[in-house]
Amino acid sequence: MGGLLRAALRSRTLLTGLLITLLVLFGILAGPWLTPFAPEEMDFINVLTPPDAAHWLGTDSYGRDVLSRVLSGGRISFLISVCGVLAGAALGTAIGMSAAWRGGTYEATLMAGCDLLFAFPSFVLALFMMVVLGFGVQNVIIAIALTYLPIFARLARNLTRTLLPEPFVQAARLMGQRPARILLREILPNILSTLLVQASIGIAFGIVMEAGLSFLGLGVQPPTPSLGTILADGREYFQRAPWVLTLTGLVVSVALLGLNLLGDGLRDLTDPRLRKAAGP
Amino acid sequence: MPEPLLQVENLLVRFADPHRPGGELRAVDGVSLTVQPGEILGLVGESGSGKTTLGKTVLRLHEPAGGRILLRGLDLAHLSEAALRPHRRAMQMVFQDPLSSFNPRQTIGTAIATPMKLHRLYSRAELPGCIAQILDEVGLPASLADRHPHQMSGGQLQRAAIGRALALKPDLIVADEAVSKLDVSVRAQILNLLRAVQARSNLAMIFITHDLHVARFLCHRIGVMHFGKLLEIGPTEQVFETPQHDYTRALLGTLHGSAARDVRIPA
Repeated sequence: MGGLLRAALRSRTLLTGLLITLLVLFGILAGPWLTPFAPEEMDFINVLTPPDAAHWLGTDSYGRDVLSRVLSGGRISFLISVCGVLAGAALGTAIGMSAAWRGGTYEATLMAGCDLLFAFPSFVLALFMMVVLGFGVQNVIIAIALTYLPIFARLARNLTRTLLPEPFVQAARLMGQRPARILLREILPNILSTLLVQASIGIAFGIVMEAGLSFLGLGVQPPTPSLGTILADGREYFQRAPWVLTLTGLVVSVALLGLNLLGDGLRDLTDPRLRKAAGP
Repeated sequence: MPEPLLQVENLLVRFADPHRPGGELRAVDGVSLTVQPGEILGLVGESGSGKTTLGKTVLRLHEPAGGRILLRGLDLAHLSEAALRPHRRAMQMVFQDPLSSFNPRQTIGTAIATPMKLHRLYSRAELPGCIAQILDEVGLPASLADRHPHQMSGGQLQRAAIGRALALKPDLIVADEAVSKLDVSVRAQILNLLRAVQARSNLAMIFITHDLHVARFLCHRIGVMHFGKLLEIGPTEQVFETPQHDYTRALLGTLHGSAARDVRIPA
């Protein structure tokens, strides 16, 4: 464990990612106390003002403070993404582990279903689900969950399969443990770290997906701020006030960069082969 | 002759042949044998002879394609996994690699307590005492119960693995190359431990090894396997002094330094 911590402290990717992610988390959680403006507070005297000391990211067409909206919208986008990815991860892991255990037609059918979902680009799949399910926050969460379900199902199934022939799993069978107990107590703890890394990478993509769906008007509905609705607003008056779109986009990019670096760093850390290759 | 503890009749195990699509290998090809209570039966043969597969199939870790596995007269070969579960307690295994025998995320104490809890062999209050007692039985201090597998030596882990198997009070233990991954210095200690616990609780044991010295030291009877078939089986001294089969003679020849690599048995 000490070696792992030392490797973590040596990894520049991981530290940078962690730093940015913590900053972003602090920003979206402490948002209401960081800026003097409420995200829905309109000010028709200061409409579309460029960034200044009072409004760091300027104001939008209703005179609302863009920074307040980005922090508040970021919180909503982040929560939607986390809920969606965790739901997809939980269900996908359950499906993948049970498929690996049961094998046979059960496994073949489930994995074929996953391949079918894989065949579509994930955003197209999410769009399709929004059309079927209808608009709204809940359905964005479901769409993200269903997009991640096959990824986690396949990952969990492959990880479980590599552990099944291990002597400690066979010993668990020999002592008469039930399959559910073996999967939960013997196998899950040993594959959890890999699944968590995948989840941390997934949350970044989930935010992009939420922003994309809301940008198209399928997800979070105005006036509730989300990264997607703020970007959609900014697009409408891009020629008069380009800072709304560009600065919001920049903030989102940096946040995603942080999450991705964190995910990559964690992945390298849990893969000893990559850790050695990376060097000091 | 008393009723045998284990009776294997005409056991057949098939695997898909990786080199011929659609083809199959007979990993165990019609093996019959018996194990008496309190007896150590050695299974010897080179790698690929099917001795490990035979051992694991007796425990139903592999599915037999045919034949019978009678434990005190009850045929386990074709029971469903759920129907088999209550009978699993009676037959336990000690694996070749002591480190991978234990869940890396569990302490040794948890690993030994799990089977006890599952079969309600002891009350909750007795448990810590029982773990200490089991560790003591296999020559380990009780303080090791809080350790994780990677914090222990191979010899300590193999002792703990034997303890975990004993915790279920089994009638039969299958030991698969149980000392081959250990240092030579530790090997003798583990062999002595196996012999001691076997004698103490009148356990039967199937001892799988490619090491003929070890087999001769430990086993009452020896079976010689080759290409999935049991070539001969008999009391240890008889097999060593008057081997019936050419292959056995060749295998024993390696004991005295001559090569047996190119020996082919007549079909």
